[in-house]
Amino acid sequence: MLEVKNLKAYIDTPAGIVKAVDDVSFSLKAGETIGIVGESGSGKSVLALSLMQLNPSPPTFYPQGEILLEGKNLLHLKEKELRNLRGNDIAMIFQDPMSSLNPIFKIGTQLMEAIRTHQNINRAEAKKKAIVLLKDVGISDPERRMNDYPHQLSGGMRQRVMIAIALAGKPKILIADEPTTALDVTIQAQILDLMKDIQKKYGTAIIIITHDLGVVAQLADKIVVMYSGRIVEEGKTEDIFYHTAMPYTWSLLRSMPRIDTSSRERLIPIQGQPPNLVSPPEGCNFNPRCPFATADCLKIDPSLTERGVGHYAACILSEKIFEEGKLQLENFETKGVPL
Amino acid sequence: MSQELLRIQDLEMHFPIKEGVLQKTTGYVKAVNGVSLSVNKGETLGIVGESGCGKSTLAKTILGLLKPTSGDIFYEGESILNYNAKQMHELRRNIQMVFQDPFSSLNPRMQVGDIIAAPLKAYKTTKNVKQRVQELMELVGLKPEYYHRLPHEFSGGQRQRIGIARAIALEPKLIVCDEPVSALDVSVQAQVINLLEDLQKELGLTYIFIAHDLSVIKHMADRVGVMYLGKVMELSDNDSFYQNAQHPYTNALLSAIPLPDPVKEKERERIVLKGDLPSPANPPSGCVFHTRCPRAQDYCKKNVPLLETKEDGTHTVACFFPIEHAEQIQN
Repeated sequence: MLEVKNLKAYIDTPAGIVKAVDDVSFSLKAGETIGIVGESGSGKSVLALSLMQLNPSPPTFYPQGEILLEGKNLLHLKEKELRNLRGNDIAMIFQDPMSSLNPIFKIGTQLMEAIRTHQNINRAEAKKKAIVLLKDVGISDPERRMNDYPHQLSGGMRQRVMIAIALAGKPKILIADEPTTALDVTIQAQILDLMKDIQKKYGTAIIIITHDLGVVAQLADKIVVMYSGRIVEEGKTEDIFYHTAMPYTWSLLRSMPRIDTSSRERLIPIQGQPPNLVSPPEGCNFNPRCPFATADCLKIDPSLTERGVGHYAACILSEKIFEEGKLQLENFETKGVPL
Repeated sequence: MSQELLRIQDLEMHFPIKEGVLQKTTGYVKAVNGVSLSVNKGETLGIVGESGCGKSTLAKTILGLLKPTSGDIFYEGESILNYNAKQMHELRRNIQMVFQDPFSSLNPRMQVGDIIAAPLKAYKTTKNVKQRVQELMELVGLKPEYYHRLPHEFSGGQRQRIGIARAIALEPKLIVCDEPVSALDVSVQAQVINLLEDLQKELGLTYIFIAHDLSVIKHMADRVGVMYLGKVMELSDNDSFYQNAQHPYTNALLSAIPLPDPVKEKERERIVLKGDLPSPANPPSGCVFHTRCPRAQDYCKKNVPLLETKEDGTHTVACFFPIEHAEQIQN
């Protein structure tokens, strides 16, 4: 349904051109959930905003690529056509539900505005629809809640209202950019459950952008791992977690603190800092932090290669070398066997 | 028995809510509502809870930044609440803090060297300030050449290292870390946690580590306490806490954490708590958790559970109907 082909989104800054999204391709089927994972600065949010054409332009520009929604290239649409597309075909929810709602309007007013933007109906009908939507997103006593202002709601409730607004135009795709990062874990669990219910009920395809591998393990069918503007690994959720083929994904999984390990186990961080996007390193972007980097990694810029059905990774190391390297590293860490 | 460094007894911190032209007090936000804890020398006490549970207010009262409504705080056996300015000055040398936000906790106009040197100058501990700062920078993994750089030239993780260097400059005994890694990316978070652990071993530090993330606490803490609406619900040593959590709230918290493992994630049972955190200005009667508790009975609405020690002597729970071993959800 949605296909992104060789998309580049660059940002012109005083320091130079930032390659925020660099030659990214992926596709999304109807009703599917895809997780885009990466650390801050990996380009995941710029990618999401590109899909809605919401990046401020200038400074953002798209030197190459296509975003095809049912065959239409979104990069070539006029502003009026884009307005029609946003909300009707693709809707988005953001990390901070406080700053995405208008503090001076009642939530009912904001929700009805969203409904009436997409459907040609009168206020009374819109109000009825708004109440149904609020009920669908799990807000109790929706008639009364319609008259509340955003500050009267908790963070979790505000995010529910944002989801209701996003659903107002019955979109085919819902993009959720770190939807639970600002919420407490118990509220996060509620919102993730809600997103699963919504998908079942409305058949919406979901693109969830997050830095939390736990969230995508729970929600996503397919995962795209981004590092410094590139996709470095892509595949079915199980493949990404159990047949990890790219050293960055592997290191990221290892560095996570988890509650299913033994107490006080020492964490294994990734050395160094994420690269500067204005002047990324020569060769593979991950080579300065990669425990397995060879001389070739400093020269060759790897492209995605197939590792299994629908599983792609960008690494020049062969599977055998990667496996041996992992084993050696683990022996070194646990038993002190020299590398 | 290890030696006690800090003891907090029945601590309450209530903030008045003022309304109207006359600013009459119409109620109180009960941010910390009867907390008793102790911290032993050389250990890490982890304190977890959701936003609004009072964990940061607790940290501020320990540092003497807020004067509690009632209760007492003892440092090395001495009550610190009635300390005069001079005594407080001496005390602060021993209790330092690392903050959550590495952006707003460093003065953007000061060079890194001066930021780290500030406590050294305030206490005049050494003549050779520059050399000491460079030692500290090396200790936390920053290149001493960065002495003259400004905070904006550093990444989040490096800035947190600057904050840590400043906190350990006076060789304090206790460091209160308020969400020190929650603003950092996963890969960098692990670096900072390991640094804190190494420093603890090297310098014999004691930590109070406040976080909302139970998985970070699992890797850091010797003992863990859970707070909810200004009260401690469960307090135990690390192993017992994660393997044998007895409070329904703790169990709900543990089950809400998404595991980075799709198969385990699908197989395990999840307790999803209904509703939101009640307002600390108007906490529920009886057990403060009863409004969201899946095990609540009528009895819980009327009676306040106290922290009670369970069989092994280190595990304390404030619940009338704690979860027994057999029915616990395996994580």
